This record gives sequence, structure tokens and C-alpha cells, in this order.
Amino acid sequence: MAVKRVRFTFPENLIKEPIIHKLGHEFEVITNVRMADVDEHTGWVVLELEGAAEEIERSLSWAQERGVRVDPVGGDVVEG
Amino acid sequence: MSFATNLRCRECAREYPLEARHVCDFCFGPVEVTYDYEGIRKAVSRESIAKGPASLWRYKDFLPCDIENAVDIGAGYTPLIRAKHLGKALGLNNLYLKNDTVNPTWSFKDRVVAVASTRARELGYEKLACASTGNLANSVSAHAAAAGMEAVVFIPHDLEENKILGSSIYGPTLVKVRGNYDAVNRLCAELAGSYNWAFVNVNVRPYYSEGSKTLGFEVAEQLGWRAPDHCVAPIASGSLFVKIRKGLQELHKAGLIDEPKTRMSGAQATGCSPVATAWQEGTTTFRPQRPNTIAKSLAIGNPADGYYSLVQMQETDGACGSVSDPEIVDGIKLLAETEGIFAETAGGVTIASLKQLAEQGRIHPDELTVAFVTGIGFKTAEAVAGALKPPLEIDPQLESFEAAYNVRVPEGVA
Repeated sequence: MAVKRVRFTFPENLIKEPIIHKLGHEFEVITNVRMADVDEHTGWVVLELEGAAEEIERSLSWAQERGVRVDPVGGDVVEG
Repeated sequence: MSFATNLRCRECAREYPLEARHVCDFCFGPVEVTYDYEGIRKAVSRESIAKGPASLWRYKDFLPCDIENAVDIGAGYTPLIRAKHLGKALGLNNLYLKNDTVNPTWSFKDRVVAVASTRARELGYEKLACASTGNLANSVSAHAAAAGMEAVVFIPHDLEENKILGSSIYGPTLVKVRGNYDAVNRLCAELAGSYNWAFVNVNVRPYYSEGSKTLGFEVAEQLGWRAPDHCVAPIASGSLFVKIRKGLQELHKAGLIDEPKTRMSGAQATGCSPVATAWQEGTTTFRPQRPNTIAKSLAIGNPADGYYSLVQMQETDGACGSVSDPEIVDGIKLLAETEGIFAETAGGVTIASLKQLAEQGRIHPDELTVAFVTGIGFKTAEAVAGALKPPLEIDPQLESFEAAYNVRVPEGVA
């Protein structure tokens, strides 16, 4: 089992969609929300995903295909 | 002896020992070093600092590592220059420039890497690593060499050769990663969690970022122990922007300056402006961006300290400039032509933003304003290459010179 910490950023058109709930149903991945800030226009959620490494990656690709931006927790790593 | 006491989560205030970690286990918020300020207050004075070395280590009591272990290649204590000509051009009567282009690897990154490499060695790490497109790679490579540590530096596969040279001269293991910006980021985040290495801006980030406080310390000392009225600094991750103010606040806690009331304004390139955009929209929730700007040293689309930068602007009545690539080039030229400082594109962003904020009336003409110039122009020479006047070319005769000169300079040789 692998654990991955990620930050989801939702565009306005996805704010009403239960993306995290669907992700947990579509994939063998346990989701655990740790921080979040969502309003009517945008929102972000920091969450921990637990499952097989390939399943986590598949679930993240699925989320990205739906328009969610997926980033590492703690901001970008590549600096100038 | 360091006065650092703990790491503390900036969100939930949970405390951790001074270990290698950058986020809280409970809320995933960023952690920050805390200090025994009463101890610092008793230990330091303006005189004791003035007797210290002409480097950032003169502020050793405010840093999270022991000076006895310092990896010291001479970072910090860079000039603060009264910018009369630039000030006149911008209508600012009390403008100063903090010239960090003169650091050992020619950027402010030497400040953060000096502290990160020292703390990494104290924590027992033998390998120093980073993912970078330029300045950070240079500095990690140089500090690792001086520390006797192995450096592993990840760079995008399409990075220009001249930018690789500034790192490879120090002998690191350089790794080109194929893939776009997001892919490189994700891989490097995964690498940082997979190996027992000190990734300077990941697992030792709390120590790394403390190095930027020294900009605040130096400016206050160089102004005769007072805080500026207004600071204008570039925002990439936002760490430098936030830590300049922390430095000023710590000097006050130590009884060395009056309470700072410094307005903090940021500077971003429009092609990577998550913080500037959020500021314009009046929110502290920024939307990550995929960078597209010549200011590659500021090209962080998902800034770790973006939120805290926005909060700081709100708290201090600051603002945030957002400037186009042509404005960045103009900013580099304006700085060079008025003050004799050749800055990289990040410096162009700062000067162009300074101009923008002055024109908008967001900087009062008489405020004591300090703009931070963070890296040398030779690293991004291609940005201005097509924008400069070519040299006059003449035959070896006086008439030939005068003919050419009179075309270029209408008032002639007289």
C-alpha cells in the first residue's frame, strides 16, 4: 500500500461536483481530507490518498481529466 | 549555539523537534522554526552584530544552526544602495536597492542554501539535492562542494547549456528530467520523499527559508537600525517575500529596532502571476498556473507561500505588481542605465513592478522604499540581447568615429 499527499484545485465549473466522493467509489483508494478552502468560485483541498500505487496514479489521472489541477502538497518543488 | 527551539505548524500550531520535515503530519500545513526570543534578546546587541563577519553569519543568533558548523562561501551582507537616479526616474524621493546580485553564485539563493546546507550537515545528511532551472542549482552545487557533500541536482531536459555550466563547474551529479513543468515537479516531489537526502527546498525547507530573513536584518542595519517604510520584492514561492518581514519583526522582538510598520508589496511576471491575480481579485485563494514568462527564476505556478504572501499584503496595506515580458526587459535596462546594476529577469520584474506601483500611486513618493534585486543579469543575458543598441563600428580614422558618433549622439563630441 502506498500513501500520497496531494492538493486538488477545483475550477468554478467543478465546485458543485462531488469529485472526491466519486474518486473513492471509482477507485480502490481511501481519501482523507486534511485541509480545504472552498467558496462558490474556486477551491482547494489537501488530501491523503491510500491504496496501491498504480491505483492512486489512475485515480489522479481521472481527476485531472475532469479538470482538477493536481499538485504536490507544499507547493512546487522546481525553483529558479 | 542556536536559539532555535522547535518547528511549529503555521496552521494548527502543533510543534515538532528540529528535524527534517516541511509539513505538519496532522493538517499538512507548513512548519516554521521558532526561537527563544528572550535568549536572543539577552545575547545580541547592535554592537555585537556589527563586530560579526561581513556575511549573513553576523546574524547567527537568529538562524536555526550553529555558526561553528557554517557552510560559508561568503553569502550575504550585500550592498544597500541609495538609488537617486532610478528614484528620480520613477518619482520616488527615498529609494534604495538591495543588491543581491553580488552573492557568491550571484543570486539571493546563496542565503537560503547557506542555512539549508549547514543544517543538513548538522542533521547528518551527506547528500544535498534540489530541482531547479538556475539560481538554486548553482547555489546548491557550490555549497555542497564547499561542505564536502555530494550534490544531486535535477534540471528540466531543455535547460540552456549556459545555465547548466553555472552548476556543473562545481561537480554535482546533474540529472536532466524529460517532461513538462508539472511532470518534473511531481517527480521531484516523489524523489524528495523516497531518499534520505536533504532536498533543500523540501524536507529542510523550514531551515532553508530562514536564510531569507537576513535580507530584512541587513536592510535594517544598513539603514541605521530602522525598518523601511515600504519593501518591494519579487514573489516566486513567496518565501523571500514573507521572510523579509519576519526578519524585521525579529529585530524588533530582540529590541534592536522600533516596531516595523513596513508595507510589503510583491512583484510578479504576468506570465506566472498566481499571487498578483489573487491580489487583484481581492482574495487570498490563488489559482495555480502553468508558467509562461521569460522570468524563469520566478516561474512557480503553485507557490508554497502564496497564501501567506497575500495575507501579508493585506496586513501591511501592500500591493502586487504584474508586468509583461517587454516591461521586464525595460525594467532590466532602466536599472542598468540609471544605477549601473545588471539584474536578471527577476530584477526586471521588481523594477518594472516598482514603476507600475509608483505610477498607480501605491508607493508614496517620500516613503523610504527598498527594492530587492535578487540575481545577476549575465544568467539571463538572452532576455535583453535583442533590445540593446549595437556598438558603433568605425574605420580607424577620426572622421569615421565622428560621423558615426554624431549619428548616435545628436549633440556631437563637444
